[in-house]
Amino acid sequence: MGRRWAALRGLVVKESRHVLRDRQTLVILLLMPLVQVLLYGYAIRTDVSGIRTVIVDPTPDIATRSLLARFEASDRYDVREVVPTDFAIERGFASGALRQAIVLPTDVERRLGRGEPISVLIVTDGSDPNAGSAMRSYAEAILRRWYSEASTNTLGGARGIRVESRMRYNPTLESANLFVPGLIALVVTIVSAMMTAIAITRETEMGTMEMLLVSPLRPSAIVLGKVLPYAALGLLNVFIVLSAAAAVFHVPVRGSLALLLAECLLYVFTTLAIGIVISTAARTQRTAMLMALGGLLLPTIMLSGFIFPIASMPTPLRVFSNIVPARWFLVIVRGIMLKGAGLGTLWQETLVLLGLTTALLAVGIRRLSVRLD
Amino acid sequence: MRIIRLLVWKEFLQVFRDPATAFQILVIPIFQLLILSNAATFDVPRAAMLVVDEDHSSVSAQLIQRLDGSERFRVVDVRPNETGVEAALLDRDARVILRIPHDFERDLVRTGSAPVLLSLDAEDGASAGILQAAATAIMVDVSRDLAAAHPGSSREMQGTVRAGPPLDVRSSNWFNPSANYKHFMVPGLLVSLTTIIGLLVTSQNIVREKELGTLEQLNVSPISRGQFLVGKLLPFWLLAMTTFTIGMTVGVFVFGIPTVGSVPLVFLSAGVYLIVALGIGLLISTIARTQQQVMFVAFFLLLLYLLLSGIFTPLESAPRWAQWIAQASPVKHFVFIMRTVLVRGGGLADIGPTLLGLAVAGVGVMLLAVRQHSRRAD
Amino acid sequence: MRTPNAPVAIDARELTRRFGTFTAVNAITFSVQRGEVFGFLGANGAGKTTAMRMLIGLLAPTSGSATVAGLDVERDSEGVRRRIGYMSQRFSLYDDLTVQENIRLFGGLYGLDDHTIRERGDALIERIGLHHARRNLVRRLPLGWRQQLAFSVALLHEPQVLFLDEPTGGVDPITRRQFWELIYDTANTGTTVLVTTHYLDEAEYCDRLTIMVDGAIAAAGSPGAVKSEFGASSLDEVFLRLTRPQVTA
Repeated sequence: MGRRWAALRGLVVKESRHVLRDRQTLVILLLMPLVQVLLYGYAIRTDVSGIRTVIVDPTPDIATRSLLARFEASDRYDVREVVPTDFAIERGFASGALRQAIVLPTDVERRLGRGEPISVLIVTDGSDPNAGSAMRSYAEAILRRWYSEASTNTLGGARGIRVESRMRYNPTLESANLFVPGLIALVVTIVSAMMTAIAITRETEMGTMEMLLVSPLRPSAIVLGKVLPYAALGLLNVFIVLSAAAAVFHVPVRGSLALLLAECLLYVFTTLAIGIVISTAARTQRTAMLMALGGLLLPTIMLSGFIFPIASMPTPLRVFSNIVPARWFLVIVRGIMLKGAGLGTLWQETLVLLGLTTALLAVGIRRLSVRLD
Repeated sequence: MRIIRLLVWKEFLQVFRDPATAFQILVIPIFQLLILSNAATFDVPRAAMLVVDEDHSSVSAQLIQRLDGSERFRVVDVRPNETGVEAALLDRDARVILRIPHDFERDLVRTGSAPVLLSLDAEDGASAGILQAAATAIMVDVSRDLAAAHPGSSREMQGTVRAGPPLDVRSSNWFNPSANYKHFMVPGLLVSLTTIIGLLVTSQNIVREKELGTLEQLNVSPISRGQFLVGKLLPFWLLAMTTFTIGMTVGVFVFGIPTVGSVPLVFLSAGVYLIVALGIGLLISTIARTQQQVMFVAFFLLLLYLLLSGIFTPLESAPRWAQWIAQASPVKHFVFIMRTVLVRGGGLADIGPTLLGLAVAGVGVMLLAVRQHSRRAD
Repeated sequence: MRTPNAPVAIDARELTRRFGTFTAVNAITFSVQRGEVFGFLGANGAGKTTAMRMLIGLLAPTSGSATVAGLDVERDSEGVRRRIGYMSQRFSLYDDLTVQENIRLFGGLYGLDDHTIRERGDALIERIGLHHARRNLVRRLPLGWRQQLAFSVALLHEPQVLFLDEPTGGVDPITRRQFWELIYDTANTGTTVLVTTHYLDEAEYCDRLTIMVDGAIAAAGSPGAVKSEFGASSLDEVFLRLTRPQVTA
């Protein structure tokens, strides 16, 4: 037993040296997550702002003036022009200079006074339907609020049902609050899975694995020894991303920090297991790399709920997303960081993640042992 | 020419002799395209709403009915008090909680105005904003209708009635009238997948030969650096173009993406674009020492290119400096060309400058790679 | 075999290579006649490979100059590459291509036409007895055969000078003997062979040799001349004295 432990420790030390010696890679490994958080924390937003809009108003009057003021006051809108006809807007749309146009009827103020119907056309650049539907909602909300006020102003003080909204967990609607937890998952997934897959495949490709196999260690111990240093690296990356998120974006950790780190550690092992499974399927580093990056990058971005809400997906994909570990990890991290949720709320997700990890590890180690024997 | 043909022949032999690699290059991207294209929607299909109805009036009942019948909300539960409501929001059983307070109907009838409280799970701020706007719009309509249905109520309430028929808002989407997000996502995803595969395969290629020692044998042969790099670029360019062509076919016939503009122009642009993307891969490969390094650089670049391409999130919302960085992403420019030509029907006049920019970048990257690839260590 | 008036195949003058503060090759001067088998003997890290890499244009010299096949390695590296063959100490053919495919590739890269490639290729694989395996992936060949194949491929374009960097590393004694027969055959056709080795018995096979110690030439000449210069009965003894001078003191 003692000799085994010594051998295992030797392996961990050897692999750590290998990681630490290559300074260039190490710098990339530690700096990269930081740069990513800073960059994407600022740059990725799913809300739409700076919408270049033109308002078509054939007969400007007091009522349309107040509508214009509402659009101009909104920080989502960038009102370019008020024009009398919709004659030239088509060109603006085709060249991309315009994204939305609000086409008003004539004599708005007079119609309001007489209680006549007012019909407004919202023209939206629909080439990005996601942004398009958001822009439509924004414009409609502004129009309705304006209309309810303008019509009652004309005729009395009633305002109907007043809606008081509270944005829970993310009162300022910061995109960073949504994406930083996602970035942790993305960085950890790719870095640990990729590093592990490459490290193991490299040994088999170079033929050095055979030397390890003649040692008294069992294959599972060899794998463990090889992946432990990467587990440490993965966890270090979590620290870096979390610190940057807290320092720069003031992303809160409302729940227990200890629980958060424990869950991160669990997830690091999930991704290491993915890496091991990849390494059993790949004979060369090239295949391993294509599998890890080519096969994991987009699915992790798209099927985890990182950017696109899982609730919006068609049913087969929603079902499929259940086997994407990042999906569960994201719910956990967002829950702890933004909602202050504890294990009482997140035990199901944790259990699923634990199950996936165990299954992946079992498959990976089994397949690797078969191959190495 | 003969030397380049030989080098291409050799790369093809190596790729197709390794079934895993050929599969990764030609099949997996198409597979991903078929699956992932369905995932990329922000549409919030009827958010789960939990109502706390403390009023229990006919007005509150009507309000609930209207919300449940709308296209944005489905009412999952109506409760008399707030017990357990918080947990429902935390557990994601509900995204929106509407609290209708005591005396809601009375206040509305007497004073013409009454509050409701809307709590939204704003974890995803963007969709919370959309839901809030939708709820507000429904409330405005409901109060108007309610007033119309209660002609005997207060003067204030009747004031609302006299405000006349509801505002008639019609919407029209240009370029993509059915608002089919797949028409928008499929070209973007196809570009992403072709780029990921092409960049990975080329960036890994030369380094692999360095590690195996075969590069040395090529270096002592009399072929020139230009021949060498073209011989490395061309095979993968052909493979990537094949992937792109299969992807376009799938896009048009499976997803029905529009081809309003000229398809040959799209392919011409794809050819130019792939020189840039694969050239960047080769450049990485000439600089890196190990395949491990290549992986990280490629990962970092790909993530940068993809997340700042405007494929997944609108670039207009990003801060100005981030938009400047995004200019350096060739993916962004090619996605722009694809969408302009395919969806908007733009022609050479619309994409000319962008295409020229890509061509210049392609030549520049290849020249840099040739310069960087010194066969001789100094 | 050594003809004093034959033209000079390799001529190195004060060739030096430094990596930072470390001098790997220190101002070596030597020349090799056409058709000679010339050996570089030395321990690992003595500078043999570095010296060879400068001669074949894979490494820039820090100072000094050299000509190979009459051409300056600095000024006319392209011309030099056409006239030389090289076999590195790491196996450097494509192991995922077949024997024939490797021959076709490298023959073509040196500008040979298909007919010549087939003719010479057949002769070369016939000579090493690989004909039956010409459609096999190189990966599946035993190490000794792979080395002989690499050697043959380096000869395809009939180079004037052949550079062999530890060609027999890791192969069994029988294959090593066969290998040296190939080297002699090649030298007999007028090809100059420069070979590095750390096997002392192999050094005896060379027409002339230099013994490199710490980047410099410690002894040079034919094996017999070197032995008599040091009054030793074998190269073994010479080598021991050069690397551990205190033994003789």
